[in-house]
Amino acid sequence: MNWNRRHLLDIQSLSADEITTVLDTALAFRAVGERAIKKVPALRGKTVINLFIEPSTRTRISFELAAHRLTADVINFTAEASSLKKGETLRDTARNLEALNADIIIIRHSATGAPHFLSRFLKASVINAGDGAHEHPTQALLDLFTIRDRKGKIAGLKVTILGDILYSRVARSNIWALLKMGAQVTLCGPATLVPRVFEQMGCRVTYNVEEAIADADIINLLRIQHERQRKSMFPSIGEYTSLFGLTKSRLAGAKPDALIMHPGPINRGVEIDSEVADGPRSLILNQVTNGLAIRMAALFLVSGGKGPQEVTA
Amino acid sequence: MPKGPLLLNAAAIQRALHRVAHEIAERNEDGTKVVLVGVQRGGIHLAQRLGDVLATIWGFPAPVGQLDVSMHRDDLDLRLAPEVHATKIPADINGKTVVLVDDVLFSGRTTRAAMDALNDFGRPKRIQLAVLIDRGHRELPIKPDFVGKNVPTATSERILVRLKEDGAEDAVYLEKT
Repeated sequence: MNWNRRHLLDIQSLSADEITTVLDTALAFRAVGERAIKKVPALRGKTVINLFIEPSTRTRISFELAAHRLTADVINFTAEASSLKKGETLRDTARNLEALNADIIIIRHSATGAPHFLSRFLKASVINAGDGAHEHPTQALLDLFTIRDRKGKIAGLKVTILGDILYSRVARSNIWALLKMGAQVTLCGPATLVPRVFEQMGCRVTYNVEEAIADADIINLLRIQHERQRKSMFPSIGEYTSLFGLTKSRLAGAKPDALIMHPGPINRGVEIDSEVADGPRSLILNQVTNGLAIRMAALFLVSGGKGPQEVTA
Repeated sequence: MPKGPLLLNAAAIQRALHRVAHEIAERNEDGTKVVLVGVQRGGIHLAQRLGDVLATIWGFPAPVGQLDVSMHRDDLDLRLAPEVHATKIPADINGKTVVLVDDVLFSGRTTRAAMDALNDFGRPKRIQLAVLIDRGHRELPIKPDFVGKNVPTATSERILVRLKEDGAEDAVYLEKT
């Protein structure tokens, strides 16, 4: 057990011990979701604000339900319906939310470092729900939780991340987390989206999808991020699919116990075939269930105070 | 090494648990209506041991569960976030007598949290409390039904319970801090 942080800003600054603490805590919270009464009073009276300056449905809903299951009050704040449209700065928006006595602010923003910026002047805890192409820590934690849950370990596993790496905060957070936990990471995709510079982080980079999946224990597929690409990074979707799409026949070249993951939303017929997405080796829906548990654990852990950990009987 | 006197040695712990098990059996004539629930972490092994003794008295195994109360405590923002352990309730507790088992009863706040946590699993007919050590200093109106040993303490002292299931020798110490 190792956790005394008030914020969850990124994976890069976490230790392997801290990552393990989040995964272990999430295991207990997943069990809460399996009960008839799926709610515990751990955050009773706390106010959680979902500050989503960049649109998101699944992550926002996951955080919202996680907060509800901990008995916190939740407010959703989206950019379209906010005074940010009227020219208010992020700092002022956050200060106003804090003036409402928010205890935890969950932020998604298109700018790298926005959660870190808020954490420097807010008294509330800050959780990063995705900042630009930088990090998405709870996604990486739920991916690791899902891997550990199914494979019994993370260290020593071979994990292939396939798709748009360059623009993906999910990829960056996953790479940090997997390497810290002792996994071997292979990156694969079009050369324009998988620059060799990632080798400096300690990853293997290959542009041959058959080679990338041949010895993988886990194949994590990433969506092509149309919205983040300023110019076309590959000739066509059709070409991407023919070169990198995970089809049933391509999967036949992987190990029989290799498992498939995808953070969603999936583009059927683009990066993944329906047969693969709905097949017995797909963990895509397990990831959604586990994401809720990870977010409950994150909200719980950042809410801890400063005193000694030991409790009195 | 413990920094204080030995309160109970292995034989004394076994005698106390034996007596408590007989008291539980005496109070609950119908053993089929009893579920033992150990409170994480100190109560888990004690609940199992009480269950073993009760099985010999009743002639059938008593269900033994474990309960983690950290999601139901009232002091999350006063302390570092606690380690959360598994909760396993092995039987339907609706209409049953649940015997909560803990190693040390002190402020009573853990017991309060445990009763709240149990409510999420059903509505027991009644809840009873069995503890190995009652050290006093209650902060809530909570009273144990079965006590291994009453130990008057100062609030600055600590009770250290060591059990062989955790790789130690069975012993209870009073530590001055």
